[in-house]
Order: sequence, then C-alpha cells, then structure tokens
Amino acid sequence: MSEVPELTDQGFEPNPFGPHHDPIGSDPINADEQNPTEQPVLVQLLTPEGERVEHPDYSIDLSAEELQALYRDLALVRRVDVEATALQRQGELGIWASLLGQEAAQIGAGRALLPDDMAFPTYREHGVAWCRGIDPMSIIGLFRGCDSGAWDPIESKFNLYTIVIGAQTLHAVGYAMGMQRDGGQGACLAFFGDGATSQGDVNEAFIFSAVFDAPVVFFCQNNQYAISEPIEKQTRIPLYRRASGFGFPGIRVDGNDVLAVLAVTRRALEAARSGQGPTLIEAYTYRMGAHTTSDDPSRYRLASEMEAWKLKDPIERLKAYLVRSGQADAAFFEAIEKESDELAARVRRETVEMPDPDPASMFDNTYAEITPYLQEQRDTFLTYQAGFSEERSHA
Amino acid sequence: MSTTVTLGKALNMGLRKAMEDDPKVLLMGEDIGKLGGVFRITDGLQKDFGEDRVIDTPLAESGILGTAVGLAMRGFRPVVEIQFDGFVYPAYDQIVCQVAKLHARSRGRLPMSIVIRIPFGGGIGAVEHHSESPEAYFAHTAGLKVVACSNPVDAYWMIQQAIAHPDPIVFFEPKRRYWEKAELDTEAPPEPLFGSRLVREGSQVTVLAYGPMVKTALQAASAAEEEGISVEVLDLRTISPLDMGPVLESVRRTGRCVVVHEAPSNLGLGAELSARITEACFYDLEAPVLRVGGYDTPYPPSKLEEDYLPDLDRVLEAVDRSLAY
Repeated sequence: MSEVPELTDQGFEPNPFGPHHDPIGSDPINADEQNPTEQPVLVQLLTPEGERVEHPDYSIDLSAEELQALYRDLALVRRVDVEATALQRQGELGIWASLLGQEAAQIGAGRALLPDDMAFPTYREHGVAWCRGIDPMSIIGLFRGCDSGAWDPIESKFNLYTIVIGAQTLHAVGYAMGMQRDGGQGACLAFFGDGATSQGDVNEAFIFSAVFDAPVVFFCQNNQYAISEPIEKQTRIPLYRRASGFGFPGIRVDGNDVLAVLAVTRRALEAARSGQGPTLIEAYTYRMGAHTTSDDPSRYRLASEMEAWKLKDPIERLKAYLVRSGQADAAFFEAIEKESDELAARVRRETVEMPDPDPASMFDNTYAEITPYLQEQRDTFLTYQAGFSEERSHA
Repeated sequence: MSTTVTLGKALNMGLRKAMEDDPKVLLMGEDIGKLGGVFRITDGLQKDFGEDRVIDTPLAESGILGTAVGLAMRGFRPVVEIQFDGFVYPAYDQIVCQVAKLHARSRGRLPMSIVIRIPFGGGIGAVEHHSESPEAYFAHTAGLKVVACSNPVDAYWMIQQAIAHPDPIVFFEPKRRYWEKAELDTEAPPEPLFGSRLVREGSQVTVLAYGPMVKTALQAASAAEEEGISVEVLDLRTISPLDMGPVLESVRRTGRCVVVHEAPSNLGLGAELSARITEACFYDLEAPVLRVGGYDTPYPPSKLEEDYLPDLDRVLEAVDRSLAY
C-alpha cells in the first residue's frame, strides 16, 4: 500500500490492514480505504448490540421461529465446541480445532445451502457440518484419532475435512464443473480461511472457477489469524477485493452477524446456481479461541483484543435482538440451554465410550481391491499381532 | 482389425475408444484441445467430443489435479495430461495428499478414478525439466498405482484399462518411443493391466525394464546373443503394484538379474526390485542384483544425455559383471 492511510474523524485507520492493524478499533471492519466516507462495504443486518439494520442491497425477512432456529444452531454448536475443548484437555481427544467466535459465519453459510449444494470444509467447519445434519460424534472421531471423519461425504453433501490448507477449494471447483456437465442443479460452497488465501491452490481455484464459470461460492472466514500470523502477513488489501482481479464479485460481510451471512451467502449461491459464476465472500470474524488446543495465543495477541471482540459476540447479538423484539422469551432460552447441556452430556458420554478402531482396518480401502503385496503385509501384521495375544494369554 | 500404428497414435486411439465407451471420461490438460497436445496424443479429440469433455485448462498443474479430484468425486473419470515429466511437481501435493488418500480417508465412499498421463524419460534432446523419470516418487505413495507402457499395443490397451480401473493411476508414456511403430490388432484380447510380461526368453541373466528401456534391454539381449550369452528380458509394465511372480520365476531359473531404468539408481525401482528378489530368491542367486540407471545428478544438458542414459553397452556391461560372479 503506497498511500499513508489518513485518520478519519472517527479516530481509526481506514485501512484495517495497515501497519497499525487494530481489529478492535472502533469500527475498522467498516472501513474502505478507497472511499472512507462512502457507504460501508461491510454488509451488516444486525449490529453488535442486537439492533436490526437495513442494507440497501441485502435484506432478509425471517419469522420468529426461523430466528429461534438460528439461535438454537448457534448455541448448540458452541456448546459442543466447548465440550470438545474440555474433552481434549482431559485427554479424550488428541486435538480440537475450536470454532468459538465463528458460529454465525458457519451457521449463516450452512443454512444458506440447499439440498443439491455441496460444501467443502476445512477442519473447523463444525457449524456447517451441523447444518448438513452430521452428528457431532462423526467429527469427534477424527479428533480422537479413530478415523478420518465418519460421515458419508456424498450422501451428506459435505466433503470430508481437508487439513492441507486450501486444497479443497480446487475440489469444490472441480465438483462444480461436474455439476455443469451432468445437469446438476446445485452449487458448491468452498470454505477456507484468511491464511489459505496465500496458497497457490486457492488462487488456482479462483482462476479455474472464473474461466469455466463454475457454480461455486468461495467462503473465506477471515478470523484475523493463521495460527499466529495476523492478516497483514497475508495481504495488503482487504481479502474480498482479491476477487476483482480474478474477474468476479467479492463482498465482505460481518461474519458475526448470522442474518447478514445468511443473506449474502444465499444471494451468492443463487447467482452461482443460475450460471453467473463464482463469488468471493469474506466473512469478517474473529477466532476467539486458540488455533487448536495445541496452540497458545497469548504468545502473539493481547487479551484486550479478545475482550473487544467479545462485545461483538455472534450469539449474544442475536439473543439481544430476539429479546428486544419480543420474538423469544426466557422459557425459550432456558429450553435451549437445557438441550445444549443434554447434547454436551451425550457427546461426552459417547466420546469416552468410543471404541478404538480395528487395527487391521488401516489396510482397508487403500485401493478399491487390496493388492496381493498389501494382502501379504496385512496377513503378516495379523500373525504378528496374534503372537502378542498368545504371549499375553500364556503369562 | 490390424493396422500399423505409432505408440502415440495408439494412445490417441485408446483415449478415443475410452471416451466412446464411457461418457464420464473427460480429458484435461494444457494445450490438449485445439492443439491436440504438444505430442499430439489428443489430436482430434476435442473436435469430436467437444470442449466440455476435452478441456483446455489454465496453465496450473495443481489446479488441474485439484479440479480432477472434484470431478472424480462427482462421478467423472478425469484423464489429465501433464505436459512433461518435470512439470508434475506443482501438482505433487494434490496427487500425494488428495488423489492417493481420498479413497481410504472416505472408507471407499469417494471414487478417485483419475488417470494422470505423463510423458517421461529422456533421449529427445530437450531442455531441462523435459526428460525426467519421476516414477519412484509416485510408486512410493500408497493409494496410487503406477504403470508404464513400452510399445504401441500396450499403449492402446493399457490406457483404456487404466481409465476403466477404479484406483488412481499414474500412467507413464515413454516419450522417445512415441514414434515407434507396431502392428495393432484392436480385436485381439488384451493382457491384464497389472501384469509383467516375458518379452524375450533366455537362460543366463534376467534383465528387468519398463517404458523406454524395454527396447534398450531387447537390443542388449540381441547383442549378447552374438557373444553367446543368453539374456531373458521382462517388461514390468506395472511399477506399482509390482507383479513379482514372473520376475521371481525368471530369476530362480537364471540366478542373475539386472534392473534397467532411466531414473537415478538411488532409491529407484531397481532398489525395491533388488530387495524383493533377494528376499524371495536368496539361495537361487548366483550374483547380487545389479542396477543400471541414470546417475544421481540432475538430468544433464542434452549434449550429455547419451552419457547419462543407460544404453545397450551399459546394460551389456552389467550383464558381464553379473556373469563374472
């Protein structure tokens, strides 16, 4: 960025990615360095205080029941996430990648999907998995070390988690190219993070999708950090603006506003399904937890930053709106809390009781049909294992 | 019907047949459509099958493989062309981390019927990155299968068999043999894809080769015969999984084995073959298994490639060394 950003009268830098990047400033996420006084580029329909606001291009009209359902989604996925983090701390999971703070981005995007759509997650999209009807235990198994994800990616229309950063964006584009070729009615929703935007694969996915007009929506959760590296280590411009260089629209949405995310993602998916090609959505949010349970964010960010983002909590703002507008009462919230606790208790119980996989299962599915050499190895392995159990029984 | 065709034309015919047989077969790659590929292997296919099935892709190998993964998940059978051996590395991550593993990771739910065609090997006087033999990288990766054709008849059948096969296959084409001709009978029944084949009978030394080195091995066997040495030659055809049955049967008879490939010897296929032969035929061996390969250097400038590549004389020299034990 060659220009020195000017301070505006609100007292924050118009460029949130400048040298003094301060994601907790009064309103940096509304800033656009190209037109700092013009209409905000951030789409928001619900303020952090829970006030419903209108946007000139995006609107949403949900019934009280629909709003309550969104609240339920948000609360339940957070409760499972908290439980999983606790289970890891107690040694029941090898690792856990928390979605804390990103619930609205994931539920808003997940609930925008229609049955024919296909989602391609990273390893943190527990909220989207929830929306696709995947039981939390199918995800827990992966982090416990029992399998690679127990759900059926074809049936659930939710691909397996992808840990190699950004690789799945190309799979989404390829799948979308397949939809173009077999008369599919859906679109693909490709998830990735701010760090992934530096990967070659993500940029190649942008290019392929644009060139082939593939029905895909790129959903980037900018949670401000790629493990320890803040967003300015990845980019000099707001991420949503990358799209223009590839020739398709980019839009930044308040990722902690479930209504705005839902509205924006719905619109982008509709455009993709109707042959208008890709859109890049940057959901501006914050990773309130560590990268994973193996990470220690106190080494690279201030606690005060977290405190400021807590004021923008995605669940609290919907709760405030529901209460303020009289669309949910105390009994509703109590019922959700009870349901959350029951779900968490089930997750805990089923995690602790989850059996280890059959050791010989590691040989399964390496190929469609086991090769003779692998069969030999499998037989040798079983004989070797059996030797130990004989020794044990003789002891 | 029997016709005389080049290896390149046989591949073209095989691809055409596979596309006719299965509408889910797609070709993807750089310059494969209008141009027909830099070696013309896909010549005329876009014209006949359309741009949706013969796809000129952006110039991005990882993008080609990554989108092929998505297409395979959707039930297509992508056949991707990597323009030259040395250009496959940008796609290496997608091949090793995604293509190779997704069938196992998904417990068999995600089909990964992808064929990755790679013209490989040297001998055409090319600039750097155009003459490499990277097959060991892929053979080392569980979940992938790796094959190499050596002649027009195999090229025609093996490409079709690879496309119809459920597992991902890296399909190596001996680029310097693209112009070799043979009689092709498209009615004759093909041999199985994952089988090695005895191509010349002999009694004193077994020579193992695949891809472009099969011809070299056969030339060496002819030259050896003039010196009164009887050399048996096997075309491995499948590099992973290896078809060891015919190999072990041959080595047990001859007691001596020489493995020939263009790839560097260090940790190449010769090392694996040597280990497996030694494990299975220890008491039958009259000499250690010897390797003739490229040197452990970057592929040299083309004026030096004749010195780098195994040739008839280097194979004969190894045969002599084996007999001297």
